Amino acid sequence: MPQLGETVTEGTVAQWLKTVGDNVDKYEDFVEVSTDKVNAGVPSPVTGTIRELLVKEGETVATGTPIAVIEEVGSAPAGGATPAAPPETVKPPSPNGAKTAVQESGQAENALRGASPAVRRLAREHQIDIRAIRGTGANGRVTADDILAAARTLVVTQSVAPPTVAAASAMAAPPSGATSTYAQPLPGTFVPLTQARRIIAERMVESRHTAPHAWSMVEVDVTDVWQWRLREKDRFERETGYKLTLLPFFIRAVVQSLAAFPLMNARFSPSTGSAQAGILVNDEVNIGVAIGLPTNLVVPVIKHADKLSIKGIAVAAGELIEKARKAKLAVDDLAGGTFTVNNNGANGSWASAPIINAGQAGIVTMEAVVKQLVVGDDDTLAIRRIMNSCLSLDHRVVDGYVASGFLADLKRRLEAMGPQGEL
Amino acid sequence: MAVVSANSTVMNNVEAVRATLYEAMKSDERTVILGEDVGARGNVFLITKDFIGEFGPERVIDTPIAEASIVGIAVGMAMEGLRPIAEIQFADFIYPSFNQIVGEAAKIRYRSNGEYTCPLVIRTPYGGGVRGALSHSVSVEALFYHVPGLKIVAPSFPADVKGLLNASIDDPDPVLFLEHKKTYRLIKGEVPNGHYTIPLGKANVLKEGTQLSVISYGLYVHWALDAARQLQEDGLSVEVIDLRSIRPMDKTTILGSVEKTRKLLIIHEDNKFGGIGAEISAMVAEEALFHLDAPIRRLCGPDVPAMGYALPLEEEFMSSPAEMAETMREMVKF
Repeated sequence: MPQLGETVTEGTVAQWLKTVGDNVDKYEDFVEVSTDKVNAGVPSPVTGTIRELLVKEGETVATGTPIAVIEEVGSAPAGGATPAAPPETVKPPSPNGAKTAVQESGQAENALRGASPAVRRLAREHQIDIRAIRGTGANGRVTADDILAAARTLVVTQSVAPPTVAAASAMAAPPSGATSTYAQPLPGTFVPLTQARRIIAERMVESRHTAPHAWSMVEVDVTDVWQWRLREKDRFERETGYKLTLLPFFIRAVVQSLAAFPLMNARFSPSTGSAQAGILVNDEVNIGVAIGLPTNLVVPVIKHADKLSIKGIAVAAGELIEKARKAKLAVDDLAGGTFTVNNNGANGSWASAPIINAGQAGIVTMEAVVKQLVVGDDDTLAIRRIMNSCLSLDHRVVDGYVASGFLADLKRRLEAMGPQGEL
Repeated sequence: MAVVSANSTVMNNVEAVRATLYEAMKSDERTVILGEDVGARGNVFLITKDFIGEFGPERVIDTPIAEASIVGIAVGMAMEGLRPIAEIQFADFIYPSFNQIVGEAAKIRYRSNGEYTCPLVIRTPYGGGVRGALSHSVSVEALFYHVPGLKIVAPSFPADVKGLLNASIDDPDPVLFLEHKKTYRLIKGEVPNGHYTIPLGKANVLKEGTQLSVISYGLYVHWALDAARQLQEDGLSVEVIDLRSIRPMDKTTILGSVEKTRKLLIIHEDNKFGGIGAEISAMVAEEALFHLDAPIRRLCGPDVPAMGYALPLEEEFMSSPAEMAETMREMVKF
C-alpha cells in the first residue's frame, strides 16, 4: 500500500483495475486506492503480469503492506512453473519490512468491470454499491436506470420499514443497496462511516485529546476592508472568474501575523523513543482552508500563502474551493498545511470554538460580518461592519500571551486595510 | 405544387430548391446561378427550367465541364459583390474544385484579414440508393467538414431546404449545400410561403424519446424516423435528431439529448472511418462521458471505395430501416 500523502497511514483498495493473469505496463494504473480524502490510481512499478491480489476491494491496510504480486516481464523461466526470481511485490517507498499473510484474492467483481461511466457516476452520487444491484441490461448489466431505481427504492423501503436499533450491527456490513446514507440519513437507521468520515472522526478525537485547546476571540472592524472588497469585486470576478470574498484579505493578514508570531506557525512534537519532545517551528506558511461539503469536510492548502498577494491568495483559494466542490482535490492539494483558517460566518455564526487540525498550533475563524453601533474614542456614534475572529490554540505550543498578541496583531492588520490598497 | 393553405404549399425537395432559387433570383439582382446545364437544359433535375428565359444568360450561366472553373469564377464573383450560387452537377464531380473550395473560398475572409468575404453557395446533389453507381452516389461531406471557414448544410425536409438555402444565400461566407438526390422527389412536405430562414448550425429534434438518441442527416433521417416509430409501437422510446447543419455542429442539442437518454447512435450514409459520426462521438466522449450508459455506436457506409451499381452491392452499402431498427433495439436493451 503506497503512502498517498504525508499524514496518511493507511489506505483502502477501492477497486482493482486488473485481475490475476492480466498484463500490466509500467506506470499503468492497476488499482484505485482511497485514503481519507482522495481516491487515486496507483501506477505499476514494473511491466509484467498480475500473479496475486493480496487485499480485497473495500479492505483497509496500513501503508507498506504488500497488496499485490506482479511478475516482472523476463523474470519467469521459459515454460517453468516456478519463478526463478521472487516476483516483485508492490511496496511503498519506505517499506516496513513486514510481509502480511497471503490472502485469497477477492471474487472478480464483474459488476464493476462492465459498469458504464454513467453508472459509475450515478452510483457515486447516490452512494450505491453497484455490486449489490441486480442488473436489467443485456447479460445482467447494471444500467443507469437500475441505479436510479435503486436510489428510489432505498428511500421508499426505509421510510416504509425503518430498521430497528438491533439491526444496526447487521447494517454495519457493506451497503446492500438499502441503507441509510450520510447524505440522506433516515431516523432510526444506522449510517456506516465512509472512509472520509471515519478519518475525520479519528482526527478530531486525536486532536481534541492530545492538544489542550484554549480559546480566545477578538472583534475586528472590517468596514474599510469591506469597502475595498466592494470596490474590487466586480473587476476581480470579470478578470479571474472567481468571486472576491473577505477570505483572501483575512488570509493575507493571517500570514503576516504568523510571520510576526512564528510560534503560531509551529507544531508540538511529542517524545518518541529516544527523540525528545519539542516544538517544530515551520519554515513554510501553508494555509489550510476548511471547506464544508454535504458529506465531508476538506481542508485544502494554499501553499506558501505568505508569498502571495491578496489577489494570488484569492485565485488559489478560488481554485481549491472549485476543486473541492467538484471532488477533484488531489493528494497534494490537501498536504502540508501549517495553520488553518475557517470561514464559518457565512451562515451567521457569531462565535465558534474550532478543533485544531492535528499537527498545527492553531486555527482561526472568520465569523459573520454584522453592522453594529460603535462608540468612538471621542464618544461619537458610528455604524460599522464588525466581525469576530476566534482562535483555538494548542496550549502545549503557545500560551495566552503569544496567542492574544497574535490576535491583536491580526486585528490591527485587518483594520489597517482600506480601499486605497493594492490587491 | 399544391397550395393547401394561404400560408404554405406542399412540395417535394427538388421543388423546394427550385422555388427558393427562383425567389432569390427575383428578389436580388446580384444573384447569379452558374454550372453545367443550368441554362438551356434547365438543370438535370429541371431545377432551373426556364430560368434562362426569364433572367437571361448573364445571370444563368452555362459553364463548360470544368468544376474548378465553376467554383473559381464564383469565388471571384462573390468577393466582388455578386451572390453566386454555383452548382456541381453531381457531388461525385466536385473533386476538381477541391482547391477552389478548400484552398480559396474557405480562406478568403481569414487571408484578407476580413477585408473580403466570400458569400458563395455551392449546391450539389449527393448520396445513393438511386442505382447511381460509382459516379452518381457519393457522399462528400467528410471530405470538407475538416475545413474551418466552410459551412456544410444537408437538409432532409422541403421546409428545411427552403429555410436553410435562404440562410446559406444570406450568409457572408461560403456554404456547401448538399441535397440528397433520393429525397428530391421522394420527400414531400408543407413549405411556408414567403421568405424565411432557418439558422445554420441548428439541429432539429424530430421525435422526442428517452432511451436512445439517434443523430442523422439527409435521406437516413427519414429512415431513422421510420425505424424509431416502429420501435415506439413496442414501447421503446427513441429520440431522433436531424442534424441539418453538419458544420457548424449543434453541440448544445446533441449534448442535451445524450445527457437525457445516455445512449447515442449516429447514422449516416457516408463511410464510417473518419466520417461525421467520428467527430460527433469524439465530441460526446469529451464532453459527456459520464452521462454515457453504453458505448457510442455508428451505423454508416462500409469502407469500400464506392457504391456498386449492382442492386445487391448498393443494398449492401446502404443501411436499411430494418437494420436501423435492429441497432436501435439492441442499444435500448443494452
